Amino acid sequence: MSELKGIYALWYRETKVFLRERSRVISSIINPLLWLLIIGGGLGSAVSFSGINYQTFIYPGILIQTALFSSVFFGVYIVWDKKIDFMKEVLVAPLRRTSILLGKILGGSTDTLLQILILFTIGFVFLIGGWLPGLQLTVFSVLVSLAFLLMTTMGLVSVGLIIGSQMESPEGFQLIMSFLVFPLFFLSGALFPITNLPEWLAPFIFVNPVTYAVDGIRGVLLGISQFSLLFDFALVTLFSLMMILIGTYAFKKMKV
Amino acid sequence: MAIIETTNLTKKFEKMIAVDNLNLKIEEGEIFGLLGPNGAGKTTTLLMLVTLKPPTSGTATINGFDFIKQADKVRKSIGIVFQDPSSDEILTGYENLKLHGWLYDMPNDLREQRIKEVLELVELTDRKNDRVKKYSGGMRRRLELARGLMHHPKILFLDEPTLGLDPQSREHIWKYIEKLAKEKKMTIIITTHYMDEADKLCNRLAIIDKGKIAVLGSPTQLKKGLGGDIIRLKAKTLDIEALKTLPYVKEIKSCDGEVCLTLEDASTHLQEILKLVGKIDSVEIRSPTLDDVFLHYTGRALREGTPEGSWAQKMMNASVKK
Repeated sequence: MSELKGIYALWYRETKVFLRERSRVISSIINPLLWLLIIGGGLGSAVSFSGINYQTFIYPGILIQTALFSSVFFGVYIVWDKKIDFMKEVLVAPLRRTSILLGKILGGSTDTLLQILILFTIGFVFLIGGWLPGLQLTVFSVLVSLAFLLMTTMGLVSVGLIIGSQMESPEGFQLIMSFLVFPLFFLSGALFPITNLPEWLAPFIFVNPVTYAVDGIRGVLLGISQFSLLFDFALVTLFSLMMILIGTYAFKKMKV
Repeated sequence: MAIIETTNLTKKFEKMIAVDNLNLKIEEGEIFGLLGPNGAGKTTTLLMLVTLKPPTSGTATINGFDFIKQADKVRKSIGIVFQDPSSDEILTGYENLKLHGWLYDMPNDLREQRIKEVLELVELTDRKNDRVKKYSGGMRRRLELARGLMHHPKILFLDEPTLGLDPQSREHIWKYIEKLAKEKKMTIIITTHYMDEADKLCNRLAIIDKGKIAVLGSPTQLKKGLGGDIIRLKAKTLDIEALKTLPYVKEIKSCDGEVCLTLEDASTHLQEILKLVGKIDSVEIRSPTLDDVFLHYTGRALREGTPEGSWAQKMMNASVKK
């Protein structure tokens, strides 16, 4: 009971803070929109895959992009908590480190999923407006996508938390952007199909767990996929569980 | 049995020993002070006792529990107010307290009742729904003090509790600390570099210098231990050799370019001393303070600025960086 209350407390804090920081909510929506409209629209005038317009093609990729950026950064943000001593207040409470990790993961996942829901709404509006032809937005496809996104997000928040819990100061933020977040994004097939890849590139794409999240969601939203839905989901789940496990260990080792 | 007992508690950092074989016994219900200058090892000691920093060697029991093997039980027994801000500034004061209540698994009614109680105590009731961002440094400090008290811990640790507060708030907080110790039988451990604070509040205190206890005792004992009053003389030239011949002068020290004499019954001997030393610019007689005690045992003065990066200073830096 006490652990659950603690987890709830941390979740409550993260969600409250997220909803109050309007600028964060707004910028988290603007960025994917720019991708969708400018990259999608610009390239879309010339490119299409399997008969699907490029703008529609990258829509699932943009969902994942949002999840990726927002969740990794949420996790790394724990450095800031450590800096202002909020973390000490939490760590000195009679609460297991695992519960603290879970509270953080749930909080971060909620933040990310709220952004995703907004993007789904935007997708729905665009679909009606005729800008995303071929997008299959049904209750089933949205729910399956959300399941994928939740699972991916939990894994990625954990990745951020693992890094953040071992970092001493926020100066390394830029490095994480360049060496982790962008490569994970570009190597996921969010922006291009993963069939007929150059030989040197293929291995990088197939070891990237994000690839399977993109493939799964694209399969359910557009009907184009490389692997079966179950296979994608199993890999994503495995990845997330592994990250949560490593996260537990990292939190136990965390210094303040 | 002592409620806190440390045995050879040591913390080494790469190049320095922050806490050096500390042996302390703190009794239940006392207000115990760790007094010392910057970097003396007070905060490091505190962070080890509250289970946040592992020691390099040595052990400690808190409320009968081993601070490493039974860290969870230790955490349930203690409350702490950190030196640096540790509340969430995007949340309101009330929300920060509610969060704390959840983290400590308090029943809902009790939580609400205590929130009301502690908010009144630190006079933040009418600001409870403002975000902490809008609080002044002192208000934020008061809120965090309220939070540390909220779950009525058996042992309360206060790391520089009144740093950056105005005199009125300080008095107020001192009063409440004394009340808690008396009524709730709470054991309170305070680190401070303010000697007036240590003098006023602490039943016993340890003067810490360079990670070691220089001396330990009650403030009265410590001051008495110096052996009487202090006469401070200022003059262009002073015949120190002549002063040394006086049998009742216990100690002669130069402090800040002046000469300090320690002796009993200073007022009766003053005339003789003045006659002996000749022309002087000024003279001052006073009872010893903890500052004199510190000077006596460490050879340095205590009141050298605020601790490195004071609470308020760090907060300002932090908000600028953000």
